Amino acid sequence: MARLILENLHKSFNGEAVVKNINLTIEPGEFVALLGPSGCGKSTILRMLAGFEPVSDGQVTHGEICLSSNKHHVATEDRNFGMVFQSYALWPHMSVKDNVGYPLKVQKIKSDERDRRIQEALEIVQLEEYADRLPAQLSGGQRQRVALARSLVTEPDVVLFDEPLANLDRHLRAKMEETFRAFHKRTGATIVYVTHDQSEAMSLADRIAVLNKGELVQWGTPQALYATPKNTWLANFIGRGSVLKVSEIAPQQYVNSTDLHDLIKRYSSEQVFSSVLVRPQDIRFVPADAFSIIVTVDNCIFRGERYDIELTLEDGQKLLTYSDVPMTINSPHHIRLEQAWSLESES
Amino acid sequence: MTPSLIKARFIDGPSMDSQLRWLSIGLFVLIATLSVVPSLRLLVEALSQVTLSASSPLAEVLRSERTWIALKNSFYTSGLGTLIAVVLGCGFGFVTTLTNIRGRAVWVFCFMLPMMIPPQVTALSWLQLFGPASPILNTFGIAPTLGSPQPMYSAEGIALLLGIQSAPLVYLALRTQLIALPQDLLEAAQLAKASPFRVWVDIIVPLCRSAIVAGAALAFVSSLGNFGIPAMLGIPAGYIVLPTLIYQQMAGFGNDMLSQVASLSMIIALLVLAGMLLQQWLQQRSRYALLGHTAKSISFRLQRWRLPLELLLAVILCFILVAPLFALIVSSLVPALGMPLTLDTLTFSAFHEMISRQGVTKRAFENSVFLAFVSAFVLMVVSLPLGYLLMRLPMRTRAVIASLIEVPYAIPGIVLAIAFILLFAKPLPFIEISLYGTLGIIFLAYLSCFLSVCLKPVLSAMSQLDPVLEEAAQLAGARPLKRLVDIILPLTAPAFFAGGLLVFLISINELTVSALLWSAGNETLGVLIFNLDESGDSVLASAIAVLVVMLVAGLMSLLSLCAPRLPKGVIPWHD
Repeated sequence: MARLILENLHKSFNGEAVVKNINLTIEPGEFVALLGPSGCGKSTILRMLAGFEPVSDGQVTHGEICLSSNKHHVATEDRNFGMVFQSYALWPHMSVKDNVGYPLKVQKIKSDERDRRIQEALEIVQLEEYADRLPAQLSGGQRQRVALARSLVTEPDVVLFDEPLANLDRHLRAKMEETFRAFHKRTGATIVYVTHDQSEAMSLADRIAVLNKGELVQWGTPQALYATPKNTWLANFIGRGSVLKVSEIAPQQYVNSTDLHDLIKRYSSEQVFSSVLVRPQDIRFVPADAFSIIVTVDNCIFRGERYDIELTLEDGQKLLTYSDVPMTINSPHHIRLEQAWSLESES
Repeated sequence: MTPSLIKARFIDGPSMDSQLRWLSIGLFVLIATLSVVPSLRLLVEALSQVTLSASSPLAEVLRSERTWIALKNSFYTSGLGTLIAVVLGCGFGFVTTLTNIRGRAVWVFCFMLPMMIPPQVTALSWLQLFGPASPILNTFGIAPTLGSPQPMYSAEGIALLLGIQSAPLVYLALRTQLIALPQDLLEAAQLAKASPFRVWVDIIVPLCRSAIVAGAALAFVSSLGNFGIPAMLGIPAGYIVLPTLIYQQMAGFGNDMLSQVASLSMIIALLVLAGMLLQQWLQQRSRYALLGHTAKSISFRLQRWRLPLELLLAVILCFILVAPLFALIVSSLVPALGMPLTLDTLTFSAFHEMISRQGVTKRAFENSVFLAFVSAFVLMVVSLPLGYLLMRLPMRTRAVIASLIEVPYAIPGIVLAIAFILLFAKPLPFIEISLYGTLGIIFLAYLSCFLSVCLKPVLSAMSQLDPVLEEAAQLAGARPLKRLVDIILPLTAPAFFAGGLLVFLISINELTVSALLWSAGNETLGVLIFNLDESGDSVLASAIAVLVVMLVAGLMSLLSLCAPRLPKGVIPWHD
């Protein structure tokens, strides 16, 4: 097992940069998600890791080996990586067993050894009894599990996932997420997982690299991304909450309740501003006093276990919070904000 | 951290595997030899004649009265033929594509058949249908008196057959456009209370106009290059068109005969090129941006008109296909030309003679089957890596190479044959082997001519293949050749098979190229029928032609059988 290092990685197509200056160090056995909206360059990074695309600049190293740089390129065939594709990429003319066993056949592994390993891989994804079926005879979830078995059968150092759940329905996704988690636990392989779905990334990954417009926005654990996002774009992208304009304050720090209320009240009289992130659970409804903030209920939406309440401040800014009971629209209320996180402005 | 490069393989072009590089070089040489060199050789020969002296071969060709007569005749027969093709092709196109007519597949199959039947067989069967010696007319006792002229030996006869042969080209161009018309258009017009006739006149015809003109251009070009029909019908009547003029000049063995025919073929090539450019330009213009989904194409419900329309189609098909083929069969069953067919005269002696007689018939069969089989096989083997490499090229480069491959197929066979004579008239350098006068030269000409026929279905199948299937094999560690054999080949196999079968079908009946390249001992089936008819043995010629038609229909049916497993559009006569 070895570290996977992306150093100053750069990629441009026809002079247009789609991946800019990415630096990531992925520890052996780590589950890493590349998260971002479509067109952010996450799939391009994955294709460079797989060796389908040469890099324009910078390099990818795996342990002591340089996989890609602008001078050298190890062919995909020589990388011993596994990959699970969004469209499964099962070969329709081969049975499940042959699909899973093909990488072993290419490596010229003897047939009894091969059969044993195919059997093992199918056991992990619980598809033993489907070995002789053709991919066309399987459901979407089963096909994805075959693809999973194929990616692990050679015991690769790194397994790449390219939006593997995008083609499955919601119900099946939760089940497959569980399968992926078990797969990671059992194989201990390094996993690089591309997705545009933040909840998928948050629930699966050890660490997440959030990308926007080809650049790395933030690289950290899911908890860190949620609690301490770097800028307003990321605060809007991950989790629920409201970004408020307040009087100027240094970025990347927690603001306590007293300071926050002061900043909000001063904002209307000042031109310069900073942005802070207020999570819904940090808002309390309180009886009126000199300290509290006056709001109006804008909207009340039933969400099952609770209500989403949209509030408007006196200066017109919006806030989102939750309530266990429904609230009357246009009714005035008083709230206290427990804390907030100050953000960098989006560059 | 300093990168260590212990295991990395050094490759100077990233992502280009060495296996792929060698494959590319090999195929580049092959395409250059097969596609580019013959065309260039012809150009050089023709251009080298452009001198100011009045005695140069080009000047002589241009001064000769026969050249201008042939040119005028070519334009007349091709023009009239195109007109007939447009009427037939559009009629069939609109009826079989837009209406709920019964047995559509059968109509389409029968209508496409004339395109696949070799022109000399078409000509032979029409000759058997009319004229004083017609067995059918004699059987009914209504044959014209002996000595009266055969009506097919005329410019109009040639034009009629050219029209029938190229009508499927117009049909195909029209049909492609009709299928793309969305049902929404019809429904919107119906909501506006337009009658079906108004819909057809106001909406469908305008949207198809350019497609029809493009099809007509294609029919004109193909008629211009047709050799079999004017050779069988024009030569006996002394009616000369450009391809038959070249053929007759070739027999002349004049002083600078080769230079003269090269100049003549350049004239045809230029005319054809102009036609092709016109057709491409029109086809691009014809692409109206069609809004709406095309999941369902337009279909009119014929009610009381359905039966009369079906009868009309049947009558037309009877006239252009069934009657001539019937005449052909009848003539193969009479003892000698001019005799009526009765139970007493019925004889299979022509078939007996054909099969049992040693010598030229057997040899021609063997030669044609051998040539067709080897050409189909070689082209299939070449198409796999060639298609694979083309798909990896950028769009623009791919288009350029694809049109280079198309050139030998597009230029008339007679021009290609001249190019090959020019190339191989002298023994090959270094190895001192002469291909001229062997089957080898015909074989090479077939490879050059039919490469695009075989490649097209393969390319279309490969472009429909999801690239991740190959990427997955790459991750599994498979190198290009292994991926080609394990993944790409099995998934595109039906298209391959179809490509090979199409090549076999076309080359086993080929006449034009082999008419100029054959030599004693190296006859092909096409040449044999032509020669037998020329020497007056049309009963035996008919018998062979009957077998050829059966072969064509059989192979076409075989292709139809594998149609469901092929990408759309690979088999022209199938949905």
